[in-house]
Amino acid sequence: MSAPTGITRVTLLKDLRLEWRSKDAINSMLFFSLLVVVVFSFSFDPTAEESRQIAGGLVWVAFLFAAVVALNQTWAREIRNQVLDAYRVSPAPANSLFVAKTVGNFIFVSVLEALMTPLFIMFYRLRALGPAWPLLLIAVFGTWALVVNGTFFAAMSLRTRSREIMLPLLLFPISIPALLAMVQATTAILNGEGARFWIVLLGTYDLVFTTVCLLLFETVLNAE
Amino acid sequence: MPECTVPLTESVAPVVTISNLIKQFGRFAALRGVTAEFSGGKLYAILGDNGAGKTTLLRTLAGLSQPSSGKVTILGSRRFHDICAQVGYMAHPSLLYDEMRGMENLVYFARLYGIDSGTRCAEVIRAVGLDPQLARPVGQYSQGMRQRMSLARALLNDPKILLLDEPFSNVDLHSATEMVRLLAGIRDRGTTIFLVTHQAALLEAAADEFVWMEFGRIVGRTRDLKRPEAES
Repeated sequence: MSAPTGITRVTLLKDLRLEWRSKDAINSMLFFSLLVVVVFSFSFDPTAEESRQIAGGLVWVAFLFAAVVALNQTWAREIRNQVLDAYRVSPAPANSLFVAKTVGNFIFVSVLEALMTPLFIMFYRLRALGPAWPLLLIAVFGTWALVVNGTFFAAMSLRTRSREIMLPLLLFPISIPALLAMVQATTAILNGEGARFWIVLLGTYDLVFTTVCLLLFETVLNAE
Repeated sequence: MPECTVPLTESVAPVVTISNLIKQFGRFAALRGVTAEFSGGKLYAILGDNGAGKTTLLRTLAGLSQPSSGKVTILGSRRFHDICAQVGYMAHPSLLYDEMRGMENLVYFARLYGIDSGTRCAEVIRAVGLDPQLARPVGQYSQGMRQRMSLARALLNDPKILLLDEPFSNVDLHSATEMVRLLAGIRDRGTTIFLVTHQAALLEAAADEFVWMEFGRIVGRTRDLKRPEAES
């Protein structure tokens, strides 16, 4: 049997190839986020100071909603033709699938963030008062927090009748601590303040929830 | 309907033993105490009306459905994970990604079994009568081609136990006959095949035993395609 890392790699490459061909997740996420940016920019006309106060919240809520679109797509293609059963009957470890799906979603959401962040900066005339590089750290930790739980709960709601509704219902409450840390850290950095506490909190959240998801995923995958 | 278990006359040790298997979905019992032994290297055709429990039995053997009670032992193990590398499973849906070519699908699934060689994938695709070079994605295949590609996927790991759910549905008569010939050859090389079908006539010559199911039970096992009389 292939090493789990090898299976993770081929499953990730397969998902990237499927997404490249269908562009289901990335297109839906892009249009959704673009809509949020445009609608918000018409709704408010903030000053540079006000923008620094609210941008953290706006950006992360937009990315959270957009991520849900991608997360629903992730497992939808495994359910079509019941392909997931082919994985389940194979000797491949369940966690290889989970890690591949999570990393795939991380890549999709990161691409979205890379494309949308310049638009946010432009529309809201954002300029950080201090060094902006810690924002990169928050983006990595924050995105991982969203996708690791999102991938897990999307798998959990896979066999429910209205899974598109179930995912946000399960994901949003559990993401509140991470979302709070992401918003507070982003706002602090834009205002030139320290965000060490929030970044450590985010890192701890990632560690705890990644471990819990890895421990429980096999049970979720084989649930009837 | 009373349980009917035909004892094996062969002295060969069974490769699959099912003991008082019950599978319930809520209050509905899909399998109601199935007990049977199956010896290796044979082709078993599982027959019965819709809702008889054929697919549930096959999914339980494939480890996809957990028994509510009872025991299933395959190749001497009660843990499916220990023997899953030796089992091939073909379901009614194709279990293939529509957006990928047949060969791409098989290369991916082969890696899950630790098979790195594309040669094996090409070999099983040719064995089911398809062309490994076919450039179309599986989503654009005809239903019959999809079924055959699905069979190729199930054969990838050269399984000792092959579980097939309706492999001939939507396949034309000529292709179905070819598939039966292929399956008979696989059986002759020692693989035990369990095949659920409504087209039993196709297997009249090839099957070693017909296993008849009704209302979640095995009600008879016959050597020929003659439905056993219901016991009063």
